[in-house]
Amino acid sequence: MANVMLRHVTKRFGSIEAVRDLSLFIEDGEFVVLLGPSGAGKTTTLRLITGLERPDQGSISINGRDVTRDPPGTRDIAFVFQQYSLYPHLTVYDNLAFPLRSPAHRIPEPIIRKRVEQTAELLHISSKLGNRATRLSGGEMQRVAIGRALVRDPAIYLMDEPLSSLDAKLRAELRLELKRIQVELGATILYVTHDQVEAMTMASRIGVIKDGTLLQLGTPREIYENPGDRYVASRLGTPQINFLPAKLIPEVTMPSGTDTIGIRTEHLRIAAVNGGGIVGRVHRVEHLGDQNHVYLEYRGQMLVTLADPHRPLEAGQDVELQLVHPLYFDAAGRRIAATVH
Amino acid sequence: MAQIRVENLRKAFAQFVAVHESNFTIEDGTFFAMLGPSGCGKTTTLRMIAGLELPTGGRILLDGADVTYRRAAERDIAFVFQLFALYPHMNVEQNIGFPLKCQGVRRSEVRARVRETARLLRIEHLLSSKTSKLSGGDRQRVALGRAIIRRPKAFLMDEPLGALDAEFRQLMCGELRDLHNRISATTIYVTHDQLEAMSMADRIAVMNAGKVEQIGTPQEIYDRPASLFVADFIGSPPMNFLRFEGGLRSGDRTIRIRDVSIAVPEIYEQRSIGPLVLGVRPEHIVFSDAAPVRGRVFGAEYLGTTQIVTVETEEGRVKARLPSSAPVRIGEMVGLAFRSDRLALFDAQTGWAIQTASHGSVGRG
Repeated sequence: MANVMLRHVTKRFGSIEAVRDLSLFIEDGEFVVLLGPSGAGKTTTLRLITGLERPDQGSISINGRDVTRDPPGTRDIAFVFQQYSLYPHLTVYDNLAFPLRSPAHRIPEPIIRKRVEQTAELLHISSKLGNRATRLSGGEMQRVAIGRALVRDPAIYLMDEPLSSLDAKLRAELRLELKRIQVELGATILYVTHDQVEAMTMASRIGVIKDGTLLQLGTPREIYENPGDRYVASRLGTPQINFLPAKLIPEVTMPSGTDTIGIRTEHLRIAAVNGGGIVGRVHRVEHLGDQNHVYLEYRGQMLVTLADPHRPLEAGQDVELQLVHPLYFDAAGRRIAATVH
Repeated sequence: MAQIRVENLRKAFAQFVAVHESNFTIEDGTFFAMLGPSGCGKTTTLRMIAGLELPTGGRILLDGADVTYRRAAERDIAFVFQLFALYPHMNVEQNIGFPLKCQGVRRSEVRARVRETARLLRIEHLLSSKTSKLSGGDRQRVALGRAIIRRPKAFLMDEPLGALDAEFRQLMCGELRDLHNRISATTIYVTHDQLEAMSMADRIAVMNAGKVEQIGTPQEIYDRPASLFVADFIGSPPMNFLRFEGGLRSGDRTIRIRDVSIAVPEIYEQRSIGPLVLGVRPEHIVFSDAAPVRGRVFGAEYLGTTQIVTVETEEGRVKARLPSSAPVRIGEMVGLAFRSDRLALFDAQTGWAIQTASHGSVGRG
């Protein structure tokens, strides 16, 4: 495996800057997830690393070797796409063996057999090796597609939303499997997605990307607990973090320059009205089974919080709000360090 | 507005029975979700209520009147397909008013009703906008406006949010429910997405293979699933199933899985030895060194407030929802303690829940 270094990489398509001055170091054996909406520059970043695109500025190196000008075939990278493109007329075995049989590699057949069998075992598809690729379920097909990348033992794996075409249950299963395989192999993976759950559950580090700019890079916990700006704060967490204009809550002391307060749903506590300052009104209660989502109206703003499913709460009821661990943001959306509590 | 009643409703396509004798009543003003996987018969049921499909047997009553064989147009019901299809050459006002214009309603009345509808949906400021200039959310609101302007007795919706991405869908669920609270029209909402059904509905009918397996409020269905199918379909991650062989005596308060005794709510049924299933929701598990059910941590998935920890036990993989502050190491051996008053028991052969103190008789369609 290998590390990957991007230094001040910029890529323009006409007047659009798809990737802006992006610097990123992926350590050997790390699982980095770039999280962002469509058009954020995620896929372009992957294509720059593979060599399918050339950067306008900056450099890319793999294991310390500058590959910025190298052709795609020489970079020793395996790519997994969103749509599993298997050869329908081949068996699972032959699909997995295909990348190894390229005339460029000249790998003897017994070694190919060994590698395919090992990979199949890792992916729990050993019993399907003789099947036609088209006779598989969606989850199995995507495993084969991932397997086809794994057999090659490349320097780095690049994955472009590989789970997004699967249903929710399968996606949850494969998330766990992919993470296990990555840990077992010590593989270096750069994975791009717009799904925050995939990012939080699999990544060693998450890079939040928007409009071609990498906004913040850190462990899932760092990004969730310590977002650097409003956008990053809104990117993780279901339901989304609440934002309140600071002028609506004069009762709360906050650092100077605070424009907006961010409160995660689990940090907005509700209690029976007891003469306290901040009183909101229950607008709607959603029963999700393991917990309730409670929508509250406070001075024209809609806030969401979590509550025990068996706690009696009804629309129209007044409740007192307590803000625990609020995050402070200035008018530009940048986080202000909390000096007051 | 209207009450909808379905009696022994049945639909067969040649040999294939799409809907078995269904019975349920939807009270006036209820938001009723029909939930199930594709092919379970939910859309066929909806289409029969709408009059787009004729039943093989049974009756459909709209406010007490038998409409089983009435044409769709004579039922005063609005059917909403996937929202989003707007007429691109018309502005918002013309789009919303179109159904009334087709009915030949006077122009001044159309205008008044369009204004009223726009006010309900909070899009009055957009009336003269071109639809191509609208955001996704506003397009959806306009499409809804076109459905509600006729003020029908009931709304039938077939996966209207199916094409949207997860975050936007959540937003629209909130809006749909708020709209329902404002106009209180009886609504039947068909979906395969348990989150949509749970977050919006007053009552849910869970369907499986042409049969209604359970009808109840979202919380009832979550807390007391009537069958293994329902327990598996609701909740994310779904309920854990620990399979074991055993017999049950009425009055028992424990079960035995291999050599381990587990406290459960008092059992109300008698069972000879056979395959059984213990159902445990992920949030009713805690790690405890002293707990006799043991396993090895396979993976931990951070979700912000909580984490989902997967543990490999003798009974298979078990998922626990723990606070994200709980330290978890992959590969370590842990003991699993269950919140005993929340456990469910099922007969593995029939799939139905066994009656216990916490799991009394539940509504099976």
